[in-house]
Amino acid sequence: MDIYEGEIVVYVGPSGCGKTTTMKMINRIIEPSSGRIYISNEDVTDSNPDELRRHIGYVIQQIGLFPHMTIADNIATVPKMLGWDKQRISKRTDELLETVGIPNSYRSRYPKELSGGQRQRIGVARAMAADPPIMLMDEPFGAVDPITRERLQDEFLRLQQEIQKTIVFVTHDIDEAIKMGDRIAILREQSVIAQYDTPETILTDPADQYVEDFIGSGASLKRLSLSKVEDIKTAEWPVAHLDDSHDDVRGKLEQSGREYVLLLDERDKPKRWVNREDIEQGIPLKEAGWPAVAIVERHSSLYDTLDTMITSYRGSAIVVDENDGKYRGVVDFETVLAAIGEMRPQEDTIAPDFIAEREDLPS
Amino acid sequence: MSVQETQEAPRREETPESPQQQPGGKPGGSPGRSLGWTLARYLVMPVFLILVCLALYLAISNRQLDSIEQRSLNAPYIIHTVIRHLEISAVATVLVVLISVTAGIILTRPGMRRVAPYIVGIASTGQALPSIGVIVLIAVLTGQFGFKIAVVSLIIYAFLPILRNTMVGIQQVDQSIIEAGRGMGMTNTAVLFKIELPLAIPIMLAGIRTALIIVVGTAALATFINAGGMGDIINTGIKLSRDTILLTGSILTAVLALSVDYIAGIAEDVLKPRGL
Repeated sequence: MDIYEGEIVVYVGPSGCGKTTTMKMINRIIEPSSGRIYISNEDVTDSNPDELRRHIGYVIQQIGLFPHMTIADNIATVPKMLGWDKQRISKRTDELLETVGIPNSYRSRYPKELSGGQRQRIGVARAMAADPPIMLMDEPFGAVDPITRERLQDEFLRLQQEIQKTIVFVTHDIDEAIKMGDRIAILREQSVIAQYDTPETILTDPADQYVEDFIGSGASLKRLSLSKVEDIKTAEWPVAHLDDSHDDVRGKLEQSGREYVLLLDERDKPKRWVNREDIEQGIPLKEAGWPAVAIVERHSSLYDTLDTMITSYRGSAIVVDENDGKYRGVVDFETVLAAIGEMRPQEDTIAPDFIAEREDLPS
Repeated sequence: MSVQETQEAPRREETPESPQQQPGGKPGGSPGRSLGWTLARYLVMPVFLILVCLALYLAISNRQLDSIEQRSLNAPYIIHTVIRHLEISAVATVLVVLISVTAGIILTRPGMRRVAPYIVGIASTGQALPSIGVIVLIAVLTGQFGFKIAVVSLIIYAFLPILRNTMVGIQQVDQSIIEAGRGMGMTNTAVLFKIELPLAIPIMLAGIRTALIIVVGTAALATFINAGGMGDIINTGIKLSRDTILLTGSILTAVLALSVDYIAGIAEDVLKPRGL
């Protein structure tokens, strides 16, 4: 099994399958009884375990903050062991607190004075303190409530884009694995790898029944959470501006053959939907029709997009730029369905063979 | 997720966490009330002890003392016995803390887990024996009397509470905290001194305090092996049937034990690591 630099690899499997054990062998909290683990071509069992661990970040589910030390002292644990001078440690602490979004005034507080989510952030900050290239995370978001967990996951993914660490992440939650992982290793009992691949492939092409069962129902829906709306073709849709004349807008509507026109403001932000009737009533365009509220950003997942579409009145969602909010296109069910169709190449190739076999049978 | 929702996210974030932003004092109660309460807690015992001593002094100074009573109930003699008593107690306590904390640490190391129950068993026997029995027995067995033997007996007697509390204190440290430390590359020694011992301190201190009280109380028996201390006053009172002497000795011994306990209590509060 290879793990590449800068990727998040998730070990996922049922309780007791050995995913944590496998991870702990990397930093030799548990010594491997057989087999070899190499980090950049160096066998981990050749190095001093304490020295090795100082260069591998380690986050566990219980976080394990030292309750008798302040937040700053907790973060400084590894830098102190590595012999950094005070000034450097202090500067690094400032940096890390900012990175994980904890106010600097928390430095001299004790862990018990923090909420679960804040403690978890400090746990991550502590693991990153000496800027280790590799991080091991054992169900790091397991002990917080679902809302906080989702926020921490999002924050961490954003953070990972900056820091580009090589991360081994253990979880029993397949949804978390799909969300966090660049690649996922699904383990069965005794740490046998059932499948090790990208989330996309695992969802569309599970290796066997075990993987399929583990992914559970709704694999196609889960697959949607991996694709971004910017990756699919938007639908052709007539757009006009709020200050255009009624005739222009009607012209565009008739030309497109759609029932509604999307109106943008002077900065190209989507504002209102209008149909033919609205235009013919002659009320100012700023007040005509319905406000455009079903809006998604370009990097939103198809899952979220679909969710927005279903709850919207017209069954379509407007895609905007995440920076300036400018209109980028409209997606409707047809475009999403077309995109889903493209995600399933395997089924298309299997089906003709199957038919061919059937034809061979004597009738 | 729609744009509107993402914009709302940071605001929502504040709500569950803002109550935590007040640094924690004592749970419940305004700072003024808790300060007053703490002050009262710290003042009750010394005031009580001073009142007891005062009452004792008044009672004795109003009595006509005979020559035997005068020989025991005078300031230089009482001060001498008190100092002697404290000497025995202090030496015994320092030694027993050193020995049993070390033993407690050694017995909680991974390799020693199997022997630990036996050592604790032996230590329990030491405490189960009647204190006067231990003191006299050791003196008789070694044929020696005096200060050293008194100290040795007290060590045997006070060994268990510290040993047991050191072990429990270390064992109760959350394994995940230790694992986090190991996972960050702390050596075994660093884990012991930076995690296990600091986190065990509250429980260890409680054990040391118990041991200290045992030592100060039991040191009154040192008089029987000619080691001096406040037992001398009590013993004189018994032998010579002078109830005034007996009562004075007993009350002073009790006052001394309570004072030591009080000081140990303050030390406990001061030495306890913050954040626990």
